[in-house]
Amino acid sequence: MSESYEATVTDPVSAPMTCDSNPVEDWLRMDRMPHIWCPGCGIGTSVNCFTRAIEESSLDRKNIAIVSGIGCTGRVAGYLLLDSFHTTHGRALPFATGLKLASPKTKVVVYSGDGDLFAIGGNHFIHAARRNLDMTVLCVNNFNYGMTGGQVAPTTPEFAIASTTPYGSVERPFNLPYLAQSCGAVYVARWTVYHVKQLQRSIREALEKPGFTFIEMVAPCPTLFVRRNRLGDGLAALESYEENAVIKNGADTRECDLGMGGPIVCGKFVDIDRPSYLSNQVAHLRKVLGDRYVMPDAWQGVVE
Amino acid sequence: MNADPRGVLTGSHFLDGDHAAAEGALAAGANFSAGYPITPSTEVVERLAGRFPFTGGTFIQMEDELAASIAIQGAVWGGSKALTVTSGPGFSLMMEHLGYGIMTETPFVLVDVQRGGPSTGLPTMPAQADMMQARWGSHGDYEIIALAPSSPQECFDLMIRAFNLSEKYRTPVLLMMDECVGHMLERVVIPSPDKIQIEPRRYTKKGPGEQYWPYSLEECNDGDLVPPLTKVGEGHFPHITGLTHDERGYPAMNAKSQAVLLGRLVDKIRKNADDIITIEEDGTDNADVVVVSYGITARVCQPAIAKARAEGRKVGFLRLVTVWPFPEKRIRELAGRVSAFVVPEMNLGQIVREVERCSQGRPKVRGVTHAGGAVHDPEEIYNAIREVMG
Repeated sequence: MSESYEATVTDPVSAPMTCDSNPVEDWLRMDRMPHIWCPGCGIGTSVNCFTRAIEESSLDRKNIAIVSGIGCTGRVAGYLLLDSFHTTHGRALPFATGLKLASPKTKVVVYSGDGDLFAIGGNHFIHAARRNLDMTVLCVNNFNYGMTGGQVAPTTPEFAIASTTPYGSVERPFNLPYLAQSCGAVYVARWTVYHVKQLQRSIREALEKPGFTFIEMVAPCPTLFVRRNRLGDGLAALESYEENAVIKNGADTRECDLGMGGPIVCGKFVDIDRPSYLSNQVAHLRKVLGDRYVMPDAWQGVVE
Repeated sequence: MNADPRGVLTGSHFLDGDHAAAEGALAAGANFSAGYPITPSTEVVERLAGRFPFTGGTFIQMEDELAASIAIQGAVWGGSKALTVTSGPGFSLMMEHLGYGIMTETPFVLVDVQRGGPSTGLPTMPAQADMMQARWGSHGDYEIIALAPSSPQECFDLMIRAFNLSEKYRTPVLLMMDECVGHMLERVVIPSPDKIQIEPRRYTKKGPGEQYWPYSLEECNDGDLVPPLTKVGEGHFPHITGLTHDERGYPAMNAKSQAVLLGRLVDKIRKNADDIITIEEDGTDNADVVVVSYGITARVCQPAIAKARAEGRKVGFLRLVTVWPFPEKRIRELAGRVSAFVVPEMNLGQIVREVERCSQGRPKVRGVTHAGGAVHDPEEIYNAIREVMG
């Protein structure tokens, strides 16, 4: 696999446009296909990047759990052939917190949408990032609630149309990388689903890094957000990502706001080291309780 | 299976009900708890936070009750035995995740130390006004198991029973305490580990890579409606969802799947009601009137019953140790031969409705209500007994 962030361009004339099977189907519950996502939706592309990232990584499939909330992205857990949990709306992170504490050997991945993670689940996000428990959060940001019909989200750009803001939203949206960094995430990146190679590499990095790691994956919702805001179709959205993306690794996350038609700053913004919740916990209890501390059985040999 | 000695604080103690409940959880083998502070329940998790580092357990204080009540379920799928503890407003917030636990068949214990409500109500004072919320508080149709301790000793004993039932029936179990039993100090005897029976979690016998479906009865005996569990890391790759699902655990949103799933979820409790229900009776065999009560109020009844009996009245007593499922078979039997039921409870009339339903209009049913904030004056209960006896 290329170590470069440059996408590999395949000649569209000589390359076959179809293949006999899905190249990542080993990772999918094929008995659940077809999936529910609309043509042109970016969630499937993100899943493709995710599966290729875990394939490349050193992770053992048995020790990866995927936890989703509710919504279109919430359905990701149901299509992946992993230990997979489709939880309640907004609560993927606290479920994942319990799961990780009970089974630290498990790489816990929270895969959910912007509404799920940052509106109803916003409180859990800030605290999960603060705690720095080892987990990777992959957020598909499609700027609205897809499953319920395109309502305004905490990520909807100012003045964009949504079904519950028919004349345009006047709220300032979250800048997700800035939020994640402020709360203590040790790895923060943003890519669009146009940037498949970069996204795949970034997911692998996030999975392999201890602590709370976060990636925003900007994706089109052609049926609702893209259509309502007259941005064309799914393909047109990808073209706009190509055109508007400004790749700036190490960018100041305060300057990563997303607006309608404005630049989409992409890249890896944060990659720092900070003691994780588990290692902190064990070190501290050993210090204050000495030999009397009894480490949970499932932590033995995993947490040092 | 006997209790793991690590959690068992064998001996005779002077404990309040909250601390006794915590010790019951430890004795039952609980090794995970997530909570959020709320009076009058907080002492349970405070004790767990202090004790777990010596017993190989983990406590985490979450950001709210929604988080606490789902973190424990993540922990169960990670292989832990888990509980959360709350009171009134927190119990309301946990209702969605009670439903998630029922739907996904995740065993855990949820403790509600009841206080006066609605809303913030009486944070430091007792009530028994969440009994119907315990039964119906989460949306949709389901059956629930709820136990009501009357003393600190029973907070210990019934906590173990609650865990055992949750494992046996793969479902959340509610321990419905109240502020009085939670804060009352009494002698609590904790037996030695070999005297404590623990229901082990039933895991699938399938090996890694073998086809395991989280809701299949394939590994069950005839009539057993409880599928075996798995946990993460076993190579079974279960899919767990709160959506209506088939035996594979896959979403199956149609009327037929709904009927099949809900039928089994309800039947696994209803058909085992005799095993789940514990009631205590005294003098019901030849009683004219039976006093039906539970929790702290069952103790407050005693002077009233003693006074009436001293006057030669035939007063029986029935205590609901298990409140849900409701012991309707026994109440129906008694309804056929007593002249009245008297139902004292620290609310404005909840369980009395169940007694009325099971009585089917035959004996008189007289509730003795109390809005909460203090226990009944036994005189009110005595007066009700006299009134129904004419």
